[in-house]
Amino acid sequence: MSHRSSVPLAWRRFEARYRLVGNRCLTCGTIYFPPKAICPKCRRKGKLEKYQLKGEGKIHTYTIIHAAPSGFEKRVPYCIAIIELDEGPKVLGEVVGDLTLLDIGARVRAVFRKIYEDGEDGIIHYGLKWELV
Amino acid sequence: MKTDGKSGIVGYGCYVPMYRIKVEEIASVWGEDPERIKKGLLVEEKAVAGDDEDTATIAVEAAKNALKRACINPDDIGAIYVGSESHPYVVKPTATIVGEALGVGNSYTAADLEFACKAGTAGIQMCLGLVSSGMIDYGLAIGADTAQGAPGDALEYTAASGGAAFVIGRKNVLAKIIATASYSSDTPDFWRRPMQHYPRHAARFTGEPAYFRHIGGAVKLLLEETNLSISDFDKVVFHMPNGKFPLRMAKMLGIEKEKLADGFVVSKVGNTYSGSSLLGLCATLDKAKPKELILLASFGSGAGSDAFAIEVTDLIEEKRDLAPTFERYLNRKIYISYAKYAKMRGKLKD
Repeated sequence: MSHRSSVPLAWRRFEARYRLVGNRCLTCGTIYFPPKAICPKCRRKGKLEKYQLKGEGKIHTYTIIHAAPSGFEKRVPYCIAIIELDEGPKVLGEVVGDLTLLDIGARVRAVFRKIYEDGEDGIIHYGLKWELV
Repeated sequence: MKTDGKSGIVGYGCYVPMYRIKVEEIASVWGEDPERIKKGLLVEEKAVAGDDEDTATIAVEAAKNALKRACINPDDIGAIYVGSESHPYVVKPTATIVGEALGVGNSYTAADLEFACKAGTAGIQMCLGLVSSGMIDYGLAIGADTAQGAPGDALEYTAASGGAAFVIGRKNVLAKIIATASYSSDTPDFWRRPMQHYPRHAARFTGEPAYFRHIGGAVKLLLEETNLSISDFDKVVFHMPNGKFPLRMAKMLGIEKEKLADGFVVSKVGNTYSGSSLLGLCATLDKAKPKELILLASFGSGAGSDAFAIEVTDLIEEKRDLAPTFERYLNRKIYISYAKYAKMRGKLKD
């Protein structure tokens, strides 16, 4: 069984999901991913602009999923990690590649992959996963 | 077909998924003799896409590498063509997924192409036309596939996943496309009808009247147009449905088999359909020297062949190392069982 998600909602997030475009506060210099609507540090004094992250980082922590949510059952076991990007922000994502290299601190880079499908007749959701290098 | 003599490849990039299945593993399921198959096809193993990979993801990764070598901004691209016979959607272009993932913006023309295994080279010709006429500055042509072969069919030993991308432009070319020629006819040697998961083929009919006639025809037209002789070419890449066909084609045209060696990707990767000859071109460019002349001829069932005379420029030396080579992808591999392969490629149905 797979879940159905909102097509417009997915579409609005393509820039972040496909290309890792976050934002940066011009007032305090903090980089955010996913992009924020306002800078939580500077509030009304903050000024946010788009910021292209490079897509490289290291594993901050990880877990292996054996009991998956609907739509992901056929991928078990798979690795979900918090990735610390070189620019600072931490992102949640799946780690792929040679999982014998899996370790806290291991280097990863963003790769374009299929995340899930809305059934056999729905849209295909693409995004970034993290390949061990 | 006349070109402006200046346009060519500004950047190239490939992508091969990391999973591999050996001929022995497939043969053990169907009770076949692996040595006979390996000797017959000259294929040892093939690349398999993971279950989270498809033609769009392969195309994006290959295109990212091509952009790195092209050293241009993504929004300089004015056209994207993706050639494949395994587009993820029947209706909805792969090319716009690639455009969005690369950050090309919105000012570009795009289409998905299908011509069995030669849709990628058709994309190069289309970009070449737009670039050499001055309509656009840069075009992106991609050939990528997650090729299908029915369980137990001879195709299963070769049908593989992978792709290659080329940025075509007029400035800073690492290889000039001197000329291109195509030979096409209505020859039903291989096909897939709507709603069918796997293609059908006319067995031996795929050889003489299809592969050999069309590649031979396109190369002959190319030589006539350029006044080059076959011995002028330093390296040669033909479409590789298996290892035997390109070697036999070379022999028929009087080409030494050593000239095919750099681009002979089929024995370790299999037939990546629209990606096949283009992956071979990437592997050849990875080792090419300035001034070398490359002959590329694709083949698509149905049927047609696009031939290209490509002259490598001095820029190859500085651009080559800006992105991963074919060999780097070749050496990054994990072997899988037939059961895992069947699961990954969706061959197990509920």
